[in-house]
Amino acid sequence: MPTLTIDGKEITVDNGLTVLQACEEAGAEIPRFCYHERLSIAGNCRMCLVEMERAPKPIASCAMPVGDGMVITTNSETVKKAREGVMEFLLINHPLDCPICDQGGECDLQDQAVAFGRGSDRFEEGKRAVAEKNMGPLVKTEMTRCIHCLRCVRFAEEVAGVDELGALWRGENTQITTYLGQILDSEMSGNVIDLCPVGALTSRPYAFTARSWELKKTESIDVMDALGSNIRIDTRGKAVMRILPRLNDDVNEEWISDKTRYACDGLSKARLDQPYVKLDGKLTPANWAEAFNAVADALKGANGSDVAAITGDMADMESMFALKGLLASMSSDRIDCRQDGAALDASCRAGYVMNSGIAGIDEADYILLVGSNPRSEAPVLNSRILAAVKGRGVTVANIGSAEDLTYRTDELGDDASILDKILSGKHATAKALKDAAKPMIIVGQGALARTDGGAILKAARDIADKYCMADGWNGFNVLHTAASRVGGLDLGLTTDGGADGIMDDAAAGKLKAVFLLGADEIDTSALKDTFTVYIGSHGDEGVRHADVILPAAAYSEKSATYVNTEGRVQHSEKAVFAPGEAREDWTILRALSDVMGHRLPYDSLEALREQMAIVAPSSAQLDQKPDEAWGDFGTKGKITSGGIAPAIDNFYATNPIARVSNTMADCIAARETEVEGATGTNG
Amino acid sequence: MSGNAEKFEFSSETAASAEMHVAKYPAGKQQSAVMPILDLAQRQNSGWLTQEIIEYIADYLGMAPMKVLEVATFYTMYNHKPVGKHHVQVCGTTPCWLRGSDDIMNACKKHLGIEKGETTADGLFTLSEVECAGACVNAPVVAIGDDYFEDLSPESMIELLNKLKNGEAVQAGPQIDRQTSAPIGKATSLTDFVGKET
Repeated sequence: MPTLTIDGKEITVDNGLTVLQACEEAGAEIPRFCYHERLSIAGNCRMCLVEMERAPKPIASCAMPVGDGMVITTNSETVKKAREGVMEFLLINHPLDCPICDQGGECDLQDQAVAFGRGSDRFEEGKRAVAEKNMGPLVKTEMTRCIHCLRCVRFAEEVAGVDELGALWRGENTQITTYLGQILDSEMSGNVIDLCPVGALTSRPYAFTARSWELKKTESIDVMDALGSNIRIDTRGKAVMRILPRLNDDVNEEWISDKTRYACDGLSKARLDQPYVKLDGKLTPANWAEAFNAVADALKGANGSDVAAITGDMADMESMFALKGLLASMSSDRIDCRQDGAALDASCRAGYVMNSGIAGIDEADYILLVGSNPRSEAPVLNSRILAAVKGRGVTVANIGSAEDLTYRTDELGDDASILDKILSGKHATAKALKDAAKPMIIVGQGALARTDGGAILKAARDIADKYCMADGWNGFNVLHTAASRVGGLDLGLTTDGGADGIMDDAAAGKLKAVFLLGADEIDTSALKDTFTVYIGSHGDEGVRHADVILPAAAYSEKSATYVNTEGRVQHSEKAVFAPGEAREDWTILRALSDVMGHRLPYDSLEALREQMAIVAPSSAQLDQKPDEAWGDFGTKGKITSGGIAPAIDNFYATNPIARVSNTMADCIAARETEVEGATGTNG
Repeated sequence: MSGNAEKFEFSSETAASAEMHVAKYPAGKQQSAVMPILDLAQRQNSGWLTQEIIEYIADYLGMAPMKVLEVATFYTMYNHKPVGKHHVQVCGTTPCWLRGSDDIMNACKKHLGIEKGETTADGLFTLSEVECAGACVNAPVVAIGDDYFEDLSPESMIELLNKLKNGEAVQAGPQIDRQTSAPIGKATSLTDFVGKET
């Protein structure tokens, strides 16, 4: 461990750090533009110059490894002069348009120019101007402002896994652009906006709508996929203006997917903002009392086997718990959280979470994907796999349809029965798993939603049991697509026959009433003649045959508990109030239970959470990756050979919020034109 | 850079040279050969690169097309527009400029009737200005194709262009009485040693 002197202070740091990192540890602030903790080192902005003893000129601290006995000065006159010089050069071609720049107020260049720059510059010649670039519907470009730090280029290659971004030409003519002006085909592209230290890349949907200092910032949790990315919801008044990532090294590092970032315009569209009751076959606006009475009347005399419920992919744990309680009060336990019919088993927690953990990917040395497309199911997680492949040469093998995951995969074939061969040791993959020190098997919902999903789960479990266990390492992982799923399973929301069984019974007239808690990714045509209560935020599939609609809060409008795919329990925070008459889901269910005559025994979120912790003790363990006891799960059976249908058809339209989002629609449209363009029809 | 209707493919000679360049680097590091291979392809394609070539080379070396394009646009010796048979590259950097490169450039413009970056109608000459050619001792310098023509005057420049136009043989190197970069005419120092048997 080298010991060096920084500004007269001795400090011992880890091997392999850079001088810049050592300075940070010593508490000396080093300005920088190109250096970023999560990207490779470029050393091209020169802003981080510091003085090193016996060096003839200032050194770029971001690119200089620490050495024993180094004497570094960060506060001398030379360093000040060097920084002023670099800043003056950077500002030569940078326009003075801060008042009309969206980055204003949260701009590294602006801040550092104030802190480290001269009061004026001496450049009298004309500044250069650069044409705007096409980076798709999400990223707005103003390339005249670009200072060529190349963060975006490195991000595209290293994190997003697309090599289409680059710096063309040289010197003053340098331009950052995509190959042939194509859009950046990545689900992670929005992150370049956060990375850009100037206003060259800004958010297109958010353009000119707000200033950063006007916004109220609420730390919350994302529900667009099952990763539970940590987000910050920026609001002004009632409106969610934008969503940004928060740092969490174990979950999303500091990235979020484009859907997480940009589907937020869907929060203010197609909202259910007042209760509706079906009168004479037509949904009619009603007040809460009328709606509750309609439900109570319809359920009068219903016994347990008459009522069932399906919870949707974005439902929070509290709502599901309250709905479960409501059904229980009618002596029904027929409530299912698996809209897609995934053959998940709630009996053993290790059987439905990502046991290796999301951060476990950083240690894994062999990854087997079974019916999972992490690029569309969890893009941020896919970036971790990409980093493992690029950085450590990890092999990724795939059973399922061959998709472009941004890294090379060994395609074992689109045939689930390969699992049997691996289990019996006849397949080469068995050896690879055995030879690996920390192998991971990631089972996707595509595989589990098949009719033989139970058998696939069992086979994957047995393979993991045989090959993927090591000291302190459990290589069995389920990658979920729904933010609600693990929470739902923790509450035991599974039924024989699943959601399909409920639909079949409803179609056959065996059910009197069905509750849908934000369940929109399921065909509801079977509910045509069944009394259906929809509790949710958006008018989507779920309201199609609803008899009573109870308007509820979207994820930005409630404080709630979500459990991510690795079993990590996280609390989201309410950023804004739900529109109109809409209320938080659990309060609706609590009020309804009162009208129905079996009041649920809690009056506050805290009381509900206390009760929930009795049913699902894990829900009280906040922000930890749990180590679950290994067990037996899945059902023995025959795996039929044949392809695995992907769990997600279109990344940009997986939930009601994304489906009404204009930005997501633009993303889909941009990709469609791109495909047409590629055929050469538009010259 | 624009598209080229014909499909590009390495000729057998280009392919052989390309393999030779790739073989210089360890397995898996074949991308290191991108610069010489771009040059080979440019030579095969009469002096300029097309999108097809960029993509062909990207595929050949297992690189993203963008990465090849970055290299090809960074270095000025790769051309992205068609060039004439003789690419006249006039050095305009300080030593040449002090020694009259402006006159050379003007002579070329006037004689060929084109501006910088243009090609003559007969497709014989393309005129461009380049940064330091690295032959300052013999300034002013013009590179035509693979050869340097040095110690030029506007007159000798025009003579050179005429010879090239008529397909006559030209002598590369200094265009005055001088051997490589030795003193003009005869040796001026160490004269005792010049011409003596050693």
